[in-house]
Amino acid sequence: MPEPDPAHLIDLSDVGRTYDDGPAALSGLTLRVRRGEALAVLGRSGSGKSTLLNLLAGLDRPSTGRVTVDGLRVDRLSEAACAKYRRSHVGMVFQFFNLLDDLTVLDNVLLPAQLAGADRTAAAARAAELLDRLGIARHARAHPGRLSGGERQRVAVARALMNRPPLLLADEPTGALDSASGADVRELLRELNAEGQTIVLVTHDLALAEACATRTIELLDGRIARDVAAVTR
Amino acid sequence: MSGALGRVVRAGVGRRRTQTAVMVLTTLLSVAAAVLALGLLVVSSAPFDRAFARQHGAHLTVEFDGSAVTRDRLAATARAPGVAETAGPFALVSVRLRGEGPVPPGFEPPPLTVVGRSSADGPVDAVSLNEGRWVRSAGEIVLEARALPPGLVLGDRVTSGTAELTVVGIASTAGASADAWVVPDGLPALAGARQPAFQMLYRLTAAATRAEVAAGREAVAAAVPADAVAGTQSYLDVREAAQEDRGAFVPFVAAFALLGLAMSVLVISVVVSGAVSAATRRIGILKSVGFTPSQIGRAYVAQALLPGSVGAVLGVALGNALSVPLMAEVAAAYGTGIEPIPLWVDLVVPAAALAVVAVTAFGPALRAARLPTATALRVGPAAGGARGRRIRGLLGRLPLPRPVTLGLAAPFARPARSVTTAAAVTFGALAVTFAVGLGNTLVAVKADGDPNRGGDVTVRTVAPPEPGEQLPGKPADPVAVAAATAALPGTGSVYRTTRTQIGVAGLKGGAPLVAYEGDTAGSRHTMVAGRWFEAPGEAVAPTRFLRATGLRVGESVALSEQGRTVRVRLVGEVFDLGGNGMVLRTAAASVASLDPRYMPAVFFVTVAPGTDSAAYAERLNTAVSPLGARAAVTEVGKSSVILAMQALIVMLTVMLVVVACLGVFNTVVLDTRDRVRDLGVCKALGMTPRQAVAQVLTSVAGIGLVAGVVGVPLGVGLHSWVMPAMGRAVGTTIPPADIDVYGAPLLALLAVAGMVIATAGALLPAGRAARTSTAHALRAE
Repeated sequence: MPEPDPAHLIDLSDVGRTYDDGPAALSGLTLRVRRGEALAVLGRSGSGKSTLLNLLAGLDRPSTGRVTVDGLRVDRLSEAACAKYRRSHVGMVFQFFNLLDDLTVLDNVLLPAQLAGADRTAAAARAAELLDRLGIARHARAHPGRLSGGERQRVAVARALMNRPPLLLADEPTGALDSASGADVRELLRELNAEGQTIVLVTHDLALAEACATRTIELLDGRIARDVAAVTR
Repeated sequence: MSGALGRVVRAGVGRRRTQTAVMVLTTLLSVAAAVLALGLLVVSSAPFDRAFARQHGAHLTVEFDGSAVTRDRLAATARAPGVAETAGPFALVSVRLRGEGPVPPGFEPPPLTVVGRSSADGPVDAVSLNEGRWVRSAGEIVLEARALPPGLVLGDRVTSGTAELTVVGIASTAGASADAWVVPDGLPALAGARQPAFQMLYRLTAAATRAEVAAGREAVAAAVPADAVAGTQSYLDVREAAQEDRGAFVPFVAAFALLGLAMSVLVISVVVSGAVSAATRRIGILKSVGFTPSQIGRAYVAQALLPGSVGAVLGVALGNALSVPLMAEVAAAYGTGIEPIPLWVDLVVPAAALAVVAVTAFGPALRAARLPTATALRVGPAAGGARGRRIRGLLGRLPLPRPVTLGLAAPFARPARSVTTAAAVTFGALAVTFAVGLGNTLVAVKADGDPNRGGDVTVRTVAPPEPGEQLPGKPADPVAVAAATAALPGTGSVYRTTRTQIGVAGLKGGAPLVAYEGDTAGSRHTMVAGRWFEAPGEAVAPTRFLRATGLRVGESVALSEQGRTVRVRLVGEVFDLGGNGMVLRTAAASVASLDPRYMPAVFFVTVAPGTDSAAYAERLNTAVSPLGARAAVTEVGKSSVILAMQALIVMLTVMLVVVACLGVFNTVVLDTRDRVRDLGVCKALGMTPRQAVAQVLTSVAGIGLVAGVVGVPLGVGLHSWVMPAMGRAVGTTIPPADIDVYGAPLLALLAVAGMVIATAGALLPAGRAARTSTAHALRAE
């Protein structure tokens, strides 16, 4: 197997994932993603998109092959090491936001830093900077339930970026939003990528992929059926 | 119930296996604890009355002079006014029975009343056989359980004069009609040349009061020649004596029973309410497919009742199984036969528990059933997020790791559930505190309530010989023993005691007296009031002696022997559980003028500082053995009543703590299920398994700490209320030092009992939460 290339943030080599006796969710998948790339993963339901995302996040382990992110063999990490990997290397944005409803916006954003045991002052400054940068500073003391869908997703993005992870994973980030909010989030992701943030985006939304991604792959039955670089964005 | 409803119930029970298991276990333990506690309470509330009623005991037992009245005349007393039923006449003789082992010189076995009876059954005083069988032929004997000499077992032989008997049974008579029974043909061999007396057992038409029993006695006495009545015994006197030990059990068994029942109610309500509220969305689904609110209510009550019933049945079985060894202890302590838990307890307790299950399940189920279907469908697993946000926000500001502050804040999301759980844990902490205090007090009472124990080494001038050894002809010479002891290096202070029975003015039968000689500094006595005697003419006595004589500390009492009299002043009330609480203690010089007939002396030696007691005892034994004495390290006495109490306390406490842990376990299972998505989010953001465990454990640790802080003072209060009541029940005053057993370190330790119970209950679900797949938890929405 070829050695990981430092220029590639993500290096998946011959990755397969099967669950019990079912068909393979992923099969012989080899994928490299460069730092600063925004990769859109398209595919129908059951094509393996979520499995791929879970493997990258260290939430699941491959049945075969290896998963390397930022030089770390994610597939070999223990549960505790996976948790620490997620703190430092990965930010996650979900379709349904997955904010903690009983915490304020600020507390939600601070959470990854607090779990990592970061300095309180530095964490507060970083959270303030992110809330300001994403235009939600005025909602810092509010609870997520009072915000619009787009605002909630912005909070989720702020939380994902809190520990300055090299990789941002987004799972259908506009799937639960109205079109205006969806456009808002699309623009946000595009801006982040333009600033150098590596993004892996799982979506059904072709418009989102076209707007944000520098590269698009399409999965079919756990294999890459198509891998194209965006012509324009 | 319709087929569809039945399937819903079965599916609900099967789907929520953890909650079903918790419900079965909680109901099981609650019912078992309640059956045991209530059973014991009932059995201990009137063991004498029940045994007496079951045996159809004699209200009046009369002993007649065998030479003054005929059998026919005695049989005719059955027609005396007020007599309802009779048994007898039975021939009776008083003998001293010796076991197979040698008897130490200076000691005489107590005289026993042996009655010739061909059957244990009869219209009056149907004797209960505890072991073995009834006598069938001459040469066999059945002994009453309380008259059983130590170490004697079935099959052993006893002798009286030339008569030799085999022990074939051990029996109980609630009315204390006899100490032993032989077949009527066997009695003459025991009586020898003596004329046996006769015994008649009477049940009276009215025997509720002493006056009624006295009237019956007079009627019987009037029906026989004058002076034919040699002695009588009223069942009321026997009952009074029997109730002494029983009384000691009632306060603390009642306390445990109430604790058990209160905890059962709390835990069942937590479990069932939680199970129903966790199923709200399912209820919405059922309604959307056509179930009526009434069907929903019945379905969820049945879902709670099904595991509840299984638990209740198993609980009754467990409670009864556990009761067997305890009832044997209690029976031994009470001197009654072994009694099973009454059937009504086995029926009432599970019925009450199931009623609680039904009532607690019906309320929340009905609320959910009345919810608009759309609302019920919208209720997600992470409900309750809006409650207590302010306080949770404040907790988040604490300078503690985030998983800890998240855990501390968790109880405020579901305050009602948290309060109920805290109450269950509080009862657990209360039970532990109470049990620890009770145990400590009983240990202290056992140690302090025996003034006959003293020094580090005890020397008996008469001791049972080793197997195969010859008995000494007479007790060792106390002067020689004293000299040998004084000469041995390592001897500190020495005193000796001798015992006798002495006349006490106003006290029928007198009282035991222990006379002291030497330096009594090593005497391990505990004073309830006043002080230990210091000078000749001073004495101390226990509570019951003072009550029986009507004397107070500071007053004098006249002691007599063979017409000689001396007065001693009572300077202290000593804590003494032995000798029926009637033993008077004074210096030998105080009663020297009475010239009492003492039993063999016992020496108590306190070794010099730095001397090893065991080694010293061995050397001293070597020195005094040739004199016929035995030296050994002073041992703590044993009390079957206290052992029975300790067994009960341990068992009841363990059961209550397990129930409290199950209550917490269920709460944490419900909470982690409610918050599985939040946990998944935290893990996705980098929460390690250890942090997840910490979060779950701290979510109950706060509850546990608060419960401990509340439960400990309540436990101390209960202890300080129950212990004096136990003391009063056995006719003694427990010294304040033995009640004040909670030192600051112990209290601090007990304060964390709640936290220990809470975290113990949360460990399993915390581990499960840590292992929960993050991807799976995130899909829970």
